[in-house]
Amino acid sequence: MDTNTTARLLLRKKQDILVNWMENQLADDTLRDDLISNEELNKQSEELLDGLLKAVSHGNFENIYSPEYEQTLDTLGDISITRARQGFSPRETNLYVLSLKQALTDVLEQEHLNDPALLYKEVILINKLLDNLSIATFETYLKGREEVILRQTDELNEISTPVIRVWDGILALPIIGTLDSSRTQIVMENLLQEIVNTGSSIAILDISGVPAVDSLVAQHLIKTVSATRLMGAECIISGIRAEIAQTIVHLGIDLSNIRTKSTLASALQIAFEMLNLQVRKTGQTSVTKLLR
Amino acid sequence: MITMTKDTMEIVREQDVVPFRNRVKELATKIGMSLVNQTKLITAASELVRNMLKYANGGKVTLELISKAGQSGVRLTFTDKGPGIADIQQAMQDGFSTGRSLGLGLPGTRRLVNEFAISSVVGEGTTVTVTHWKNGR
Repeated sequence: MDTNTTARLLLRKKQDILVNWMENQLADDTLRDDLISNEELNKQSEELLDGLLKAVSHGNFENIYSPEYEQTLDTLGDISITRARQGFSPRETNLYVLSLKQALTDVLEQEHLNDPALLYKEVILINKLLDNLSIATFETYLKGREEVILRQTDELNEISTPVIRVWDGILALPIIGTLDSSRTQIVMENLLQEIVNTGSSIAILDISGVPAVDSLVAQHLIKTVSATRLMGAECIISGIRAEIAQTIVHLGIDLSNIRTKSTLASALQIAFEMLNLQVRKTGQTSVTKLLR
Repeated sequence: MITMTKDTMEIVREQDVVPFRNRVKELATKIGMSLVNQTKLITAASELVRNMLKYANGGKVTLELISKAGQSGVRLTFTDKGPGIADIQQAMQDGFSTGRSLGLGLPGTRRLVNEFAISSVVGEGTTVTVTHWKNGR
């Protein structure tokens, strides 16, 4: 079988294929005319078909990663991504590509009705090609989604590690969520940078929001405290809940070199004492002040 | 001893740790374990699962709800196909680590849970089974 002949036949029949394909799509139950207008769909389909027929005109139906398919894959990628944004489901996007298969084989069937052996080979060829293209579509769709997830992970890490200046010379760092290696790195960087920026001498690490303190988390905490000390600042760990304290003791983690407190308030009090600051109730209430 | 529910989870990436811990927590809450015991069990599970990821590139965990003499508990079995541990006695000592960590994972875990069993064959893998009862005894 000469694949070039098949390619030429398809090219000659392009208009028929397009009409057939559009008819198939418009008749389908899953048509989303609420998301895409029929003219738009027609334009999109024609562009894709043009590219595809140009690609197969070299007689290559097998390898979609060769240079002649570049344009087709680009178009498919664009369609896949815009459709994902428009709210098409992956299934609908994939069905769109697969419905072209029917249109192509219909044309071949009309042409080679009296030569079943040739028709069979051609249909197999078209099947393989369109399957490959539909896989490529799905890959692009997934890649787009994965990029979004990765970006969100990064953003989440940044957002969830704020360094707060609670007083002149005192920083507080509430840690919420699991403390893994990459998180610790961000926490440490932010904290050390902020110590330099503000000239603070005390940092309070609050771990009330850390669900479990295992030996890895403890090791990360110890490292952060050591790094803070090297910068000449003192570090207090607060928010150690009763159950966490028991667990740490059983695990055998030694935190005796680190100042720890159960609440952020008591850590702040210690910090005030270290800076020789006092919080006092004033003698008079503000009302009497006003009356005077 | 009766097994009430049984479930397995594949751990292959660091991202699997949090869902796994949540699953353990779910089981512990289901049988009404106290907060302290829950935390102990979750921390132990977290240690073992991290070991599995670090030394064996992941593995499989079987989570079971068990009952014995009217007492309910959670049993976790960690199975990996990693390099195995040559000297278990040494690995169970406080402060021993081949991976520059605190060296508290295995011995600490043994102190955290009620029952602890470990077996390992060099070149084939390691299996650790821990059981924690509802009242922590």
